[in-house]
Order: sequence, then structure tokens, then C-alpha cells
Amino acid sequence: MAPVGPRSGDAIFSSIDRVNAELFTLTYGAIVRQLLTDLEDVDEVNKQLDQMGYNIGIRLIDEFLAKSGVSRCVDFKETAEMIAKVGFKMFLGVTASVSSWDADGTCCSIILEDNPLVDFVELPDTCQGLYYCNVLSGVIRGALEMVSMKTEVTWTRDALRGDDAYELQVKLLKQVAEEYPYKDDE
Amino acid sequence: MIGVGKMKLYSNVLDKPLSKGKQEVSLSAFAFLFSELVQYNQTQVDNIAELERRLEDAGYAVGARVLELLCNREKGNRRETRLLGILSFVHSTVWKVLFGKVADSLEKGTEHEDEYMISEKELLVNRFISSPKDMGTFNCGAFVAGIVKGVLDNAGFPAVVTAHFVPIEGQQRPRTTILIKFADEVNACPYLLLYFILFSSTKLSGNDLILTHVP
Repeated sequence: MAPVGPRSGDAIFSSIDRVNAELFTLTYGAIVRQLLTDLEDVDEVNKQLDQMGYNIGIRLIDEFLAKSGVSRCVDFKETAEMIAKVGFKMFLGVTASVSSWDADGTCCSIILEDNPLVDFVELPDTCQGLYYCNVLSGVIRGALEMVSMKTEVTWTRDALRGDDAYELQVKLLKQVAEEYPYKDDE
Repeated sequence: MIGVGKMKLYSNVLDKPLSKGKQEVSLSAFAFLFSELVQYNQTQVDNIAELERRLEDAGYAVGARVLELLCNREKGNRRETRLLGILSFVHSTVWKVLFGKVADSLEKGTEHEDEYMISEKELLVNRFISSPKDMGTFNCGAFVAGIVKGVLDNAGFPAVVTAHFVPIEGQQRPRTTILIKFADEVNACPYLLLYFILFSSTKLSGNDLILTHVP
């Protein structure tokens, strides 16, 4: 039987269980609020959000690979397209776009016009250094690390701070060779 | 530095039109996020009661905002002022919007006058959660109990809300019951309550909603 080709983000999204985006948005808001109350320092909160995103990403990649049926990506360009078109659609129901590739194809920008995490949110003056959606950068970093790519993900545009969209810069640092976990002679 | 010198799309989040509430995200995205919430709180507490309280606090914030959002969107800025009204609002409207279906049942407690129970076969938040035996009767439904508490408190019906597992014969997973025990003043004088609601709470209108703000 021929292997099933990768399904599009829309097809997968309509076939999985879905939940109201507002519950998701408000729960995320509750998490950020708890972190701010506990940690008080905006940089600490950013780090904690990134760490939480990382924990989610390392598990999310399994579900992504299982549900989408994509085969191994040939290069980083394809990886970025997968994340933007299939990944974001599958989990958040929004499509992102990829742009601003650099010369050697290791650095790109993923742009989100629509972001369900930030509905109803406004940053007060006391939290101007906060990257509210930092969990997303952790998710991408964690997910890619589990498929042997070490990346650095940073925010270049953030609508909560006055820009017009959300832009993540994803930079491939290196491809880590997969380690065989067992010693051959044992 | 990002954000400097750029024109904001909307000068104020309050000017942005309210969404219709039809947008969806995948259940697994919510499940992952909820699991991180629970895991983070586990690192911050020493015992189960504290953990339940923190989850309830998180849910309380969600409930307060859900009440404002739904009153504005679904009810045309009218808020229930009667006990049964607010209970059926929680049982039907809130549950339908948040979890996609109305709650399984709403019952009045038999032992005490002011106790009510909302039951659900399997809470959405508990679907992918399993508790180890040493955590005893810990129920992540404390988050949902917090949501209900947030809705009731902000509607003027203070209550103590808790989540419990109720084992059912023939079913492997126990049913979850949200127990609502209203405070004494709820039964006191309905006219007094009406007085407080009319003269102490602010009127809801489309422009006055501040739904989420980071303190």
C-alpha cells in the first residue's frame, strides 16, 4: 500500500478534537498572571514561559509527527514551512507565513497575523519588558530539538508592544547527529 | 528595541471589536497548556490543598472574565440576579461556551438548603490527566471549580466551590461533581441582594470591558 502523503494543516485541524479558543486564551492569561505574581521580575517570567514552552514542545513534536504524517524534511526551509503551515494550523488554528530567509538558509522569520494567545490582552506599563507569547518560542525550540535541530528563537515584532504583527526569528544553530542510545557491545 | 516608533493597530485593546467566540484551538494545545499550569504549580507548593487552592485561583480569574464576556455577548448586557438563573447560566451557557456542551446535570443538595451540584461524566480538563495514588483525592477539576466560583462571586452570589470525584458502578473513571455551597448572605434577603447589585456594581457596556489585564 502506498504510504499516505502528508495531510494539509486544514485537513488535520478539522479532524481533531477542538476546544473554544477563549478558554485557551483565558487559561494562558491566568498562567502569565500567576507567574508575574510569583516571580515579579519580568525577565524571570520570560525565562519561565520559555521553559514551559520547551516542556510542551518536546511532547508536542510527537503528536505533530503522528497526526500529520510528514516525512523527513529535506532542509531547514521545508522545516520552517511545515511549522508555519501545518504546525500552527494544527494546534492553534491559525496559519503563519515564513519570510526573510538569509543567504545560507539557516535563519528565517515566521510571521503570525492572528494570535489566539493575545485576545483581550493589553500590557500595562509595569510589564513593558514582558514577551507575553514567549511560550511559543519555547515550543518551537523544544520541538525542533527533539528532531535533532538546535535552534535559537527570538521575537522581532510583538503586537502587544505596538508592532503590527507577531514575528519570530528562528535561527538554526546546528544539526545534532542522532545518538544511538545503546552501546553495541552490551 | 522593538515596538518603538511604530503605529499601534488599535490605540487601545478596548477599541478592538469583540470576537464572535467561534475561533477554536486544538484540544491537545489546551491539554498541554493545562498540564504545564499544573506542573508549574506543583513546584510552588508543599501539599495537595495548596495545589488545589492555586488551581482554583487560576480558574477564578478565568471565571470572572468569562462572566463579563458572556453577559455582554450572549445576554445583551443583562446579568442574572436570581439564584436559579445564575445556576442555569453556569450549567448551560458557560459550560456550552467553554466546553462545547451543557453540563451533564444540575442537582440541588438534599442535606443542606444552599448546596447545589453540577456533575460531569468526564471534565474536559481531566481528560488527559491521571493522578498517582499518593496524591489521594486531588482533582484537577479544582480549576473548573475556580471558574464556577469566579462566575458566581462576580455575579453577586458568593459561594465555596469544590470539585470531587464520585465513583460510579460500572464505569472505570469516576464522575466529577462540582459542589457549590452558597454563603449565608445569598439566602438572606433577595431584595437586599438586588439593592446591592443595582447600586454597587458598575453597569456593563461594550466600551467598559477590560477583560484581561496583566497586573
